[in-house]
Amino acid sequence: MLVPMSWLRALLPATAGRSGREVADALLRVGLEVERVERLGVDHLVVGRVLSAEPETHTNGKTVSWCQVDVGEPEPRGIVCGAKNVGAGDLVVVSLPGAVLPGGFAIARRKTYGHVSDGMICSPRELGLGEDHDGILVLPAGEPGDDANVVLELDDEVLDIAVTPDRGYQLSIRGIAREAAAALGLPFEDPGLVRPVPLPAGLAVTLEAGCDRYVALSVEGLDPAARSPQWLQRRLTRAGMRPISLAVDVTNHVMLELGQPLHAFDADTLTGGIVVRTAVAGERLTTLDGVDRALDPADIVIADDSGPIALAGVMGGGHTEITASTTRVLIEAAHFEARTVARTARRHRLPSEAARRFERGVDPAVCTAAAASAAALLAEHGGASAVASTDVGTPVPPPAVAFPTDLPTRVGGRQVASADVDRHLEAVGCTVAGTSVTPPSWRPDLLEPIDLVEEVLRLEGLDLLPSVPPLAPGGSGLTASQRHRRAVSRALAAAGYVEVGPSPFAAPGSARDGEPELVVRNPLSAEESVLRTALLPGLAGALARNVARGRADVALYETGQVFRDRRGPAQPPAPPARRPSPQVLEALDASLPEQPLHAAWVLAGAAEPAGWDWEGRPADWSDALAAARAVFAALGLTPEVASAARPPWHPGRCAALSLGGLVVGHAGELHPETVAAWGLPAGTCAGEVDLGPLLAAAGGAVPAPRPSAYPASSVEVALVVAGDVPQADVLGALTRGAGPLVEDAWLISVYEGGSVPDGHRSLAYGLRFRAADRTLVGDEVLAARDAAVAAAGEATGAVLRG
Amino acid sequence: MSAPNSDFDPVEVAALQPAALERHVAEAVAAFATAADLESLAAARSAHLGDRSPIALARREIGALPPAAKAETGKRVNAARVEAQAAYDSRLEVLTAERDARVLAEQRVDVTMPVGRGRVGARHPLTLLSERVEDVFVGLGWQVAEGPEVEHEWFNFDALNFGGDHPARELQDTLAVGPEEAHLVLRTHTSPVQIRSLLTREPPVFVICPGRVYRADTLDATHLPVFRQVEGLAVDRGLTMAHLRGTLDAFAAEMFGPGLRTRLRANYFPFTEPSAEMDLQCFVCHGASALPGGEPCRTCSSEGWIEWGGCGMVHPNVLRAAGLDPEVYSGFAFGIGLDRTMMFRNGLVDLRDVLDGDVRFSLPYGAGLAGEV
Repeated sequence: MLVPMSWLRALLPATAGRSGREVADALLRVGLEVERVERLGVDHLVVGRVLSAEPETHTNGKTVSWCQVDVGEPEPRGIVCGAKNVGAGDLVVVSLPGAVLPGGFAIARRKTYGHVSDGMICSPRELGLGEDHDGILVLPAGEPGDDANVVLELDDEVLDIAVTPDRGYQLSIRGIAREAAAALGLPFEDPGLVRPVPLPAGLAVTLEAGCDRYVALSVEGLDPAARSPQWLQRRLTRAGMRPISLAVDVTNHVMLELGQPLHAFDADTLTGGIVVRTAVAGERLTTLDGVDRALDPADIVIADDSGPIALAGVMGGGHTEITASTTRVLIEAAHFEARTVARTARRHRLPSEAARRFERGVDPAVCTAAAASAAALLAEHGGASAVASTDVGTPVPPPAVAFPTDLPTRVGGRQVASADVDRHLEAVGCTVAGTSVTPPSWRPDLLEPIDLVEEVLRLEGLDLLPSVPPLAPGGSGLTASQRHRRAVSRALAAAGYVEVGPSPFAAPGSARDGEPELVVRNPLSAEESVLRTALLPGLAGALARNVARGRADVALYETGQVFRDRRGPAQPPAPPARRPSPQVLEALDASLPEQPLHAAWVLAGAAEPAGWDWEGRPADWSDALAAARAVFAALGLTPEVASAARPPWHPGRCAALSLGGLVVGHAGELHPETVAAWGLPAGTCAGEVDLGPLLAAAGGAVPAPRPSAYPASSVEVALVVAGDVPQADVLGALTRGAGPLVEDAWLISVYEGGSVPDGHRSLAYGLRFRAADRTLVGDEVLAARDAAVAAAGEATGAVLRG
Repeated sequence: MSAPNSDFDPVEVAALQPAALERHVAEAVAAFATAADLESLAAARSAHLGDRSPIALARREIGALPPAAKAETGKRVNAARVEAQAAYDSRLEVLTAERDARVLAEQRVDVTMPVGRGRVGARHPLTLLSERVEDVFVGLGWQVAEGPEVEHEWFNFDALNFGGDHPARELQDTLAVGPEEAHLVLRTHTSPVQIRSLLTREPPVFVICPGRVYRADTLDATHLPVFRQVEGLAVDRGLTMAHLRGTLDAFAAEMFGPGLRTRLRANYFPFTEPSAEMDLQCFVCHGASALPGGEPCRTCSSEGWIEWGGCGMVHPNVLRAAGLDPEVYSGFAFGIGLDRTMMFRNGLVDLRDVLDGDVRFSLPYGAGLAGEV
C-alpha cells in the first residue's frame, strides 16, 4: 500500500506538522511494516514565464520552438521546446540543468536543433503528474523563479507499507490514518462514517449468492469530456495507480481512500435489474482486460437480463464498460464474500486491486459513504448528479466478544490498566461496554478474545513486555537417535568426507534403483520433477561440479531423508478441526510416503593424494566399504558384508551391507554405465545406507572389557581355498573354530600362483591367543590353531598350504 | 717410606718411582685431552689405562716389593690410576656429548614439509549451526523434535489455523506431491512437528524443531526452494509473551553474545496471536550504527537491528486442533531460518552456495568435533 503523506494529512489533519519518517516510525511501533519512506519532489524545478517562442521547422520535418524563458534570474534562459502549445506569456514549469525528473531523467545543458538549450519546459507526464504528454503544463498562477515543487504540490513523501493478509482495512488511506491516529494518540474523524443524503430508490437489485450488501447509485448528466482534476490524478499516481478517465479515476480514488472497491457501469448498456448470483455452467464473460472467460459455477457474477456483466469483486465486463461517450453511470459499492472472490481471482488468474481487498476483508458498512463520495466527485468534476440509489442486503455485524479486561495482562505478562485496554480497543474502532467488546465492521479478523489482546498489546507497545525466561521442566537431552545421527555424521567427516546438502529434487529414473518415485505436481523445473529415492544422484551431481571446478580428489557425504511413494490409500479420511482420533491420525500417517533417513558417500580421484614422500593411492571400492564400516562402527555395529549385484554399482565390486540378515545398504565402485550417465570420473566409488535399522540397533551400554595381563601367543596359518570363496567366510570359520582363547584373527596376505593351484588362492592369517587367567602353554595354542584350521576346512574347503 | 733398592731390582723399582708414575699420568692426561674423537680416545685408553699400559705394568710390580713398601707404593700407583681414569672419563663425557649432538644434528628434518596423507573431511556449516541451536535449547531443558518432510496438508495447514483459502495453500508457495486427492505437500515450515509434538506429548511441552522445509521459490542469491528452519514451541499453564521474550533473549545471548536484546514488532501468522516479527540487536555494532553520526555497519546495514524470525503466542485454534483447552494452556512459538542466520552471522552472501556442494564451502568448518560454526 502506497500512502502519500499529503493524502494521509487530508484525512488526519493533526499530522500536519509531522514528517513522513515520524509517522512511519509511529506506524512501525504499532506493527505496520513500513518498508520505505520515499521523498518526492525535484531539485532545480522552477516556475518560468515564456517571454518569446519562435517556431522553427527543421530538416527532419519537426517543428520546435526556440523560447526565451524568465526563470527569475537577471537574464532569461534559451530553451528548445517541442510542444505545440507553448506560447509567449505562458507560465510554465522549467527543469533547470541538474534536475532529475521522475523516472531518472536527468536534465543538462545541451546542444539541440542548432541552439544550446538551457533546461526543459515540462509536460505533466514528465513531472509524474499523470499520463498527459500532449503538451507542456501551463500553470494558472505563479511568479518566475518560484519553487515549482510548492506550486505543483510535488513536495510529498510516500510511505510504502506491506499489509499482512489479515488486515484488509489497512489497504486504504482511511485504515492507515486510523492506525496513525492510534499510534500518535491523535483524534480521528472517520470519513467512512459520513451519512449521505438519502436518494429515491433506483435499479432493482437481487442478492442470490456471495454478497450481503449492494449499493447501486445512479448518476446522470456526466460530461464525457470532463477530466480528473490535477490533485486527483496526483493522488492516484503517488498511490501507484494510473489516471485513466474521470469515472475510473473517481472509483479508484474512493477505493484507495475508503478501501471500498467500486465498479462503474455505463447505465445505458444495462438491461433490466441487477442480480448477484452464481454463474451457470456454459456462461461466458469478456472481462475489461479483453479476455473471454468461461465461467465456473462457483464464480459469483453480477448479471442483468442479458446475462453476466461482471465477475463479482474481481473485474467488470467489457460490454458495460464506461466509454468516452458515457453520460449515465451506475456505481456499484458492494460487499462480496472474501472466500469466493479469492477463489474466482485465482481460478481466472486475475489478481485485481478489488479482489485483493475483498479477499482480505472490506468494510460492509462503508458502501453508502463510498458510493456517495464517488457521486460527489463526479458531480463536482463531471457535472453529474446522483438521481437514485438502491441499497440492499443486511450484513451480519461482527458479534460482540466477551473480553476479560485482565486478559492482555495475562497473555503479555505485564500489567495493562483497564483504562488503557479500553482506550486501545476504542482506538481501533471497537465499542467497549464493560467486558463486552464489539469489533468494528471493518475488522472481520477480530473474532476471539486473543485477537483483541493483540490489538491492545501492539498499541501498548510490544517492546514494553518484560523478558522472563520460562523454566522448562528438566530436559532429557538429545534422544539416543539424535546422538547417534550426530555420531554418524562426525564419523564420515573424520574419515575424510565433506558434508554437502544438495537439492532433493531429481530427474525421473535418475537414481537407477527402481524405487517408486513421488512426483512433485508443481515442480520448480520440469527436469527435476520427482523427489529423490536415494541420496547418491544428488551427491554425484555435487561431485561432478567439484571435479569440473578443478578438484580431482573429492569425497562427499550427506545424511537426509529420501522419499518412496508407497501408494497408500488414495484418499485418507479428512480430519476434523479438533484433535483427530488415533484412528484418523494413523490413517493420516499411513497416507504419507516412506521417508527413511539415509546416509551416503561418494569419492573419486585419490583416496590418499600423492605427496613428497608418498606415491598416493587412488580411491577404490575398499574406501567406500571402509566408510560404511566407519558408519556402523560409530553406532557400535559391524556390518555383515556380502558381494551383491545392484544398480547403480559395479556388479563385481559391490558389497551388500546387512544387519541381522537385513540388507540396509550397499557400497563399492559405481557401474561404468552409471559413471558415464552421471558424468563422473572413472572409478568413482560410493555407498548408501538406510540409517533407520542402524539407529534402531545402536545404543545400549557397552560391557566394560577386562584386558588380560597374561602373555599372548601368536601363530600364523596359510590356507589354500578356491578363488571364489569369500575371505570373510574363511576368517569367520577360523575364528569360530579357534575357540574362546582366540583374541584376534586377521588376514596377513594373499598369494596366488607358484605352488598354489590354478583357480585357488592362499590366504595367510595371524591368530593371537590369550587366556584370562594363565599363561598359555604351547600345546593349548597348537590345539586351538588346529581346531581353527579344521573349522575353516570344513566350512570352506580350505587346506593348510604345504 | 722404604729406601730405594736399586741393587735388588733397579728396573722394577724405577717403574714405581713417583716421578715415573707422575710422568705416566701426565702422558695419559695429555693423550686423553688431545683425543679428537671417540676412536682415538679408545686408543689412548688402551695405551694409558689398558693391561699393557705403563701404569698397569707398574702396578704389577707391587707384588714383588718388600711387604714394608707394598702399602705405600700401592697407594701411589692407585692414585695415579684414578687420576688417569678421571681424565679419561671426563674426556669421554665431552666426546660422547659432541658425538650425540652431531648425530642429532644429522637427523634434522624440515618440519615445514607437508604432513598428513589422508583427505580432510568437514561437516556442513548449516548442520553445525542447527546442532548449535539444538544444544542451546537442550541446555535450557528443551527437547528436540523431528518429523517427515512430506506432510499431509492437515499437519502443514489445517491444524495450524490456515483457513481453507489462505494464499499459502495455493500452489505458488507450496510444493504439492503425489496425487491431488492424497493432499500431500512438502512441508512449508517445521510447524507440523509442533502439532505432532502436541499430539504425542503431555504439557508441559518445550520442543525445538529443526529441519528442511520447502517453498516454491525459484533459486537465486536470496531464495532457496529448500532451506533449513528451526522452530520452538512451549506449551504449559500460564505461559506469557514475557516468557517468549525471555526465551528469545536467552537464545540471542547464547548465539551472539551476552547483553543483546531482541525486539518484537506486531505481525501476522495464522498459527500465532498475537504475532510478531523478531528483530535481533545487531551483534556487531550493538545498534550504534543507527545512531546519528554512527559508523556504518555492514552486518545490519546500519539499521541497528537484524530481522531474525517470527514468533507469537500459540493461536487458541492450534491448541484446540491438538486437543488442548486454551482456557487452561497457553504457549508461544518462534521460528528462524538457519540459512538466513548464516547470512548475517557468517557473512554468507549467496544462498546458492548452501545447495551447491562445493567442498570449499564446507572445508573451513572442519569436522566440527568442537561443535562450533
